Amino acid sequence: MEILVCIKRVPDTSENEITLNSAGNDIERDDLVYSVNEWDNYAVEEAIQIVDRVGGSVTVVTVGDDESEEVLRREMAMGANNGLLLSDDAFAETDGRGIATILKAAVEKGNYDLILTGAMADDGAGQVGGMLAAMLDYPFASVVNKIETGDDKKLKIGREIEGGNQEISEIELPCVLSIQTGINEPRYVGIRGIRKVASVEIPTMGAGDLGVDAGALAPKVKRLDYFVPEMGEGAEMLEGSTEEIIAKLLEMLKAKGGLK
Amino acid sequence: MAQIFAYIVHKDGVADDTALELLTAAKKIDPAASVTAIVTGHGAELDAVANEMAKAYNEVWKFDNPALAYPNAELVRPLLVKAVPSGSIVLIAHDTFGMDLAPGLSIKMDAAFVPDVADIEGVDGETLKLVRQEFGGQVSTHVTADISGGAVLTPRGGVFAATESGVSGAVVDKSGEIGELSAKRRFIEVVAAEVGDVDITKEDVLVSIGRGIEDQDNIEIAEELAKAMGAVVSCSRPIVDAKWLEKSRQVGTSGQTVKPKVYLACGISGSFQHLGGIKGNPFIVAINKNPKAPIFQVADVGIVADILEFMPELTEAISEAN
Ligand SMILES: Cc1cc2nc3c(=O)[nH]c(=O)nc-3n(C[C@H](O)[C@H](O)[C@H](O)COP(=O)(O)OP(=O)(O)OC[C@H]3O[C@@H](n4cnc5c(N)ncnc54)[C@H](O)[C@@H]3O)c2cc1C
Ligand SMILES: Nc1ncnc2c1ncn2[C@@H]1O[C@H](COP(=O)(O)O)[C@@H](O)[C@H]1O
Repeated sequence: MEILVCIKRVPDTSENEITLNSAGNDIERDDLVYSVNEWDNYAVEEAIQIVDRVGGSVTVVTVGDDESEEVLRREMAMGANNGLLLSDDAFAETDGRGIATILKAAVEKGNYDLILTGAMADDGAGQVGGMLAAMLDYPFASVVNKIETGDDKKLKIGREIEGGNQEISEIELPCVLSIQTGINEPRYVGIRGIRKVASVEIPTMGAGDLGVDAGALAPKVKRLDYFVPEMGEGAEMLEGSTEEIIAKLLEMLKAKGGLK
Repeated sequence: MAQIFAYIVHKDGVADDTALELLTAAKKIDPAASVTAIVTGHGAELDAVANEMAKAYNEVWKFDNPALAYPNAELVRPLLVKAVPSGSIVLIAHDTFGMDLAPGLSIKMDAAFVPDVADIEGVDGETLKLVRQEFGGQVSTHVTADISGGAVLTPRGGVFAATESGVSGAVVDKSGEIGELSAKRRFIEVVAAEVGDVDITKEDVLVSIGRGIEDQDNIEIAEELAKAMGAVVSCSRPIVDAKWLEKSRQVGTSGQTVKPKVYLACGISGSFQHLGGIKGNPFIVAINKNPKAPIFQVADVGIVADILEFMPELTEAISEAN
């Protein structure tokens, strides 16, 4: 099975406090630690496991800048066979629909049976996979937490729906699936693995190579600013020494029935 | 102004809570809008939902077909593309069905798409201004959508209060317009989530841990605190993904809905999918080392601390007091 996995380089929210820059038009990006989007890492692991079972190859692709190469390399160290960087100044200001348009062009340059994305990325949108499927006229399923390979025409999949229930379906290939975390346990990538792929040449394609017209990337949706919302009153923050905080907290817990 | 439609999610003949929230969202786009609800499904359950919706929406479009008895987005999408006039605004709740249906619908309608809408500020000409959140709720952003070609929006559940308008709307049976229903994805069955050793939905006090617990070995710290408090340990999704606790311990939209009296959120950032599983307005205590963590916006009491140090001290203090 030829599998394409779409991945994105994102600020790692478990490593960073996200703050606004002084102009308020972006987050402060200077000291951010970036990594591969959590959901995408599960998607790559799943692709590798499928190929281990039925043969084929895994290609990881990202739309990004030069620095995005590092996440391609990381996922190649995990076991993805090929990397593909889609990069062009014309790609910079686009929206989710534009990202899907670029990815569609890349899909059409290849010959993939299965395309995986993450269920969502740092923007919390969860849009690129479904859009890509619609552009390709492929069937789509979101929040997939199980993939069973049978014959080469279809897959049996599970979607994790509300309450943790699992919706089982059959889907024809080629298709696009957005992957939910927990579908597998992504393998650890050590420094040695990274070193092994450090000098592998990663092809880059721009708008011209892909035949993407800049007009098709004009965003319908634009971000105006970033701000920190003031939601309600917020919590009463307990301050002081740990002893003082604990004393206050115990009092509150007793009053609220939090201690038995 | 474009026509506005709301796609109604329902189950067992009962509309989802989001059904009337979408009406509120629609009125924030256009207070004068006559909003049409769309319900797809089959038989008596569908009729019950359609009639219920006609008490809030001026018009309800009903699409009845046995193939629609279970909601399959791959079937519903082409149906909507056919039924909804181009240039319309379609509202769909941001749940796992919306995630399935909406992005592709926006492409097929050639309309703008804004997912997970947290607020709607209004329309200026052909520009709709909305609020979204990014980075797990750590920051918000204003976005504009060019709605000259219509729009598909997925409002977040629970942020728009339900509209109780008490109209008597008309149910229009559109089943004849469905045409051929076929999809390359076929629904088989729903497998219910596993039941675990404890039922966190019945507990009054929960010590809930998130990614801040850092390591499987540290789970013990939470268990000791829970024991001292007479509570039970629950968790956020990453803890279950890592297989450190059973799925039945997960609080959130894709886990359990809990309604405790006291909820201790330890090393949990406060994503809306997590908060979506906390009901009944409990007393929430948040302990997090990041003073900007979104959980502090919804908690009653906040403590900026390292949980790996704070939790053992709290356990000790409780033990000493007893
Ligand atoms: C369709 C869908 C459904 C989902 N369903 C659910 C669900 O049901 N339940 C759920 O929880 N999530 C769910 N999620 C995932 C959700 O979006 C978040 O990714 C998740 O809730 C984050 O969990 P967290 O807060 O534990 O981790 P993070 O967001 O990584 O937060 C960790 C927090 O711990 C703090 N921290 C780190 N170390 C320490 C320390 N030593 N001491 C104190 N604080 C520390 C950090 O400051 C941070 O705020 C779902 C996602 C999707 C797409
Ligand atoms: N710039 C990008 N390059 C490649 N894939 C992307 C990009 N942005 C988003 N995706 C894919 O789309 C998924 C969902 O992202 P989003 O729709 O932005 O929430 C991600 O998990 C990726 O698989």
